[in-house]
Amino acid sequence: MNMIVTTASPATPNGTTRPQVRIVIVGHVDHGKSTLVGRLLHETGSLPEGKLEMLKAVSARRGMPFEWSFLLDALQTERDQGITIDTTQIRFRTNSRDIVLIDAPGHAEFLRNMITGASQADGAVLIIDALEGVRDQTRRHGYLLHLLGVKQVAVVVNKMDRVDFSADRFKEISDEISAHLSGLGVTPTAVIPISARDGDGVAERTDRIDWYKGPTVVEALDRLEPARALEALALRLPVQAIYKFDDRRIVAGRIESGSLIAGDEIVIMPAGKIAKIKTVESWPVTPLAGRQGAGRSVGITLDRELFIERGDIIAHAGSAPRETRRLRARIFWLHDKPLAKGDQLLVRCGPKESRATVVAIEKAVDPGELSSTENKAIGRNHVGEIDISLSNPIATDPYTENPRTGRLVIEVSGRIAGGGLVLSVDAGQRAMPVDIVPVESALRPDERSARYRHNGAVVWLTGLPASGKSTLARALERRLFTNGGSPILLDGDTLRAGLNNDLGFSAADRSENIRRLAEVATHLARNGHIAIVAAVSPAREDRAAARRIADTAFREIHVATPAEVCEERDPKGHYKKARAGALASFTGIGNDYEAPQAAELVIDTSKRTVTEAADEIEHMLKTTGVLFDEVVDLAANI
Amino acid sequence: MHLLKDDSAADRLSNPALAERVRTQKFSAELAPSMDHLDQLEAQSIYILREAFARLKKIALLWSLGKDSNVMIWLARKAFFGRMPFPALHVDTGKKFPEMYRFRDHYGKEWDLDLRVEPCPPIDAVDPTLPPAARSAARKTEGLKMALAKYGFDGLIAGIRRDEEATRAKERVFSPRGLEGNWDVRDQPPEFWDHFNASPPQGAHLRIHPILHWTEADIWAYTKRENIPIIPLYLAKDGKRYRSLGDQDITNPVASTASSIDEILIELEQTKVPERSGRALDHETEDAFERLRVAGYL
Repeated sequence: MNMIVTTASPATPNGTTRPQVRIVIVGHVDHGKSTLVGRLLHETGSLPEGKLEMLKAVSARRGMPFEWSFLLDALQTERDQGITIDTTQIRFRTNSRDIVLIDAPGHAEFLRNMITGASQADGAVLIIDALEGVRDQTRRHGYLLHLLGVKQVAVVVNKMDRVDFSADRFKEISDEISAHLSGLGVTPTAVIPISARDGDGVAERTDRIDWYKGPTVVEALDRLEPARALEALALRLPVQAIYKFDDRRIVAGRIESGSLIAGDEIVIMPAGKIAKIKTVESWPVTPLAGRQGAGRSVGITLDRELFIERGDIIAHAGSAPRETRRLRARIFWLHDKPLAKGDQLLVRCGPKESRATVVAIEKAVDPGELSSTENKAIGRNHVGEIDISLSNPIATDPYTENPRTGRLVIEVSGRIAGGGLVLSVDAGQRAMPVDIVPVESALRPDERSARYRHNGAVVWLTGLPASGKSTLARALERRLFTNGGSPILLDGDTLRAGLNNDLGFSAADRSENIRRLAEVATHLARNGHIAIVAAVSPAREDRAAARRIADTAFREIHVATPAEVCEERDPKGHYKKARAGALASFTGIGNDYEAPQAAELVIDTSKRTVTEAADEIEHMLKTTGVLFDEVVDLAANI
Repeated sequence: MHLLKDDSAADRLSNPALAERVRTQKFSAELAPSMDHLDQLEAQSIYILREAFARLKKIALLWSLGKDSNVMIWLARKAFFGRMPFPALHVDTGKKFPEMYRFRDHYGKEWDLDLRVEPCPPIDAVDPTLPPAARSAARKTEGLKMALAKYGFDGLIAGIRRDEEATRAKERVFSPRGLEGNWDVRDQPPEFWDHFNASPPQGAHLRIHPILHWTEADIWAYTKRENIPIIPLYLAKDGKRYRSLGDQDITNPVASTASSIDEILIELEQTKVPERSGRALDHETEDAFERLRVAGYL
């Protein structure tokens, strides 16, 4: 909706002089949100020319009395159903503010849309029907405002004309909602009696509410403050990506809190690696000399080559977030299936994602109900507190310390299903990160590659048990070594006997197994060796994590021998045991192997000899820049 | 923050010199320059573009050659430090203004864009029950679907804004499309705290809207501040200018004397006429625009 108002205030072509505040209007269905919005637009002179007349004409044509809410019900579908189904944003101006009004639906079915709208707001108007009083959705929305971190809430008691502008009725409702909100730690900035339909209390204190001495709705909006500055908090720069478009290696992200400047000592969490910011990169002018504060999307380079990945958090040494595998959160739940203990989820904290398991559920209630009976599971549109255990460590803060990094969302099947605030984190057992100072190798990568005639790489062989991974890995190892290279075999089973002997075969343990394999292999690759990993690694997500760790050094080979052939071979007797039911969590006889979709190479060992397969791998390593083709090429590189 | 209330954090550092730096770092810091409205819009758009690039496999930016998509390309170059790392897709109706084609050919090169120009099917292939201008726009939707099928993009970055038109106000930043490219306005996933639903079902795609939160005035103010080139048709000539540029046969100029961006901004302060008033398709029937959008129009 293009609604731009003419005002007496001077033109501000640079758009910079007036604070902009985003307001969401929430409340029970039919308590008059859309009417209030329509009335506000009219009272502030924000309607486009002819709009009101056009809508009055449309109403007449449809044989309906004109309603202010028609202004918002711009969609055909909405007019048919008579309810606002999604958030709509409208801009207008008060004396001192540019207001972005977010109209959120009151119908319980559309709570996800209310949350989508309210999450963007600096402040909220909670509307209550004077006749009906506080209803379940009123309480629910109040609770959600608290969970969404919206602290400035003005309450309007609407339809005062229906209760003869009774001061007593107003006080009754005012007391009830104030008690509910203050129980959540929210103090209403004002409670205002209005009639949105007639205009009382919206922009004017009319005679009919002469007993009311507080602000009108427009005045209350005028007093709301834009989102508070986060710059005073400790630095949190969650890493969105690492770019290598040219010779710079730029770590990109948005500063969620605090500030940074070139030269700062930083720590990269959760790994705890330490570095110094070399430059702050930008475009078209680069580098930037000044300090960059919260809210900026930036790119930085570091003084050393460290492994960093999306989701890491950059902080100042000494004020880093806590690294944890376990946390407690207060959440709202939007999914049809209730959230129960033992459920597997995907949790996102900023750009970081981790699989997680619900360890405990407490205080699961319907925030709309007065008697808060506790449930075992968190139902749709309900709230609760959960303990979750994460399969990857994440760095986070309790929301009381940092409102930006202290919140998370939960995904189910790739769709956001809930979200909430981090109440507390269980600090990990890891040593203080500031004590860890990585020692860089004495050798440069090119010194090694000149000797080995190859670059470092992680060659990752994935496939069903008995598909031929280990055989191929050994053949490749011999081949590379014969050619003067430095291959190192990392066999999944062999590592499980030592480094990984604390891990079982649950999904979480399998992920951790793969992560450790990938970390070790990547360390070897970074030092110029070719790490050959042979591991079933059935989960696509785990292999994607390995690729993220090894980054450009990763070469995935899918050993795609047909399942029947694998089972027939069965050199370790695993298939036989599994068929007999003696081997739980065995990959191979079920459908739990997720084949790669974009492996660098696919080999079916039932159709190749070992030598042919090794030839193919060697060829792939040559064409993808791992093995040097000719001595001449090497000379050219020096 | 730990540091401010807990000096012992610095004491725990094993390296005394580092501990001293940490102790003084926070307190001696000068404040970062505060962000104005345009800075905030820019930072948010860059965040969205980087999320799209990180979370989707194969994306393209829809370049309509208009003021909004030019700002978007500028933002993408900021997000990725100079060069846009994915293609600019121009779904060409063949009916744009000559000035627009000249602009495309010139800046496609100057900005080092990976430009893909894709044609639209003939008008006969389009739903004949739509009013004429809407039908013409629906042709573009078909062209878009063909381009999607050809390249297999799983994400398309589009320069729509909430303030342009009522149905666009309902959009999400990451907006899933069905297998037919259609938009289900009734079943949009929740989206909050800059967490986006980035997993389109197999074979479907996402629309990404990095400037959804901008207004027409923001676009002009930013274009001016950043000195982004524009097509001269936006500036008044003989008492008329284009506020919005579409196909030649379905876009009309508005009466205006604004011959510079500053004058456009002053004009926008005073007008109550909607931006797309020159777009014939918005006015044909009450629901023509929404029908188009449900079918996959931008």
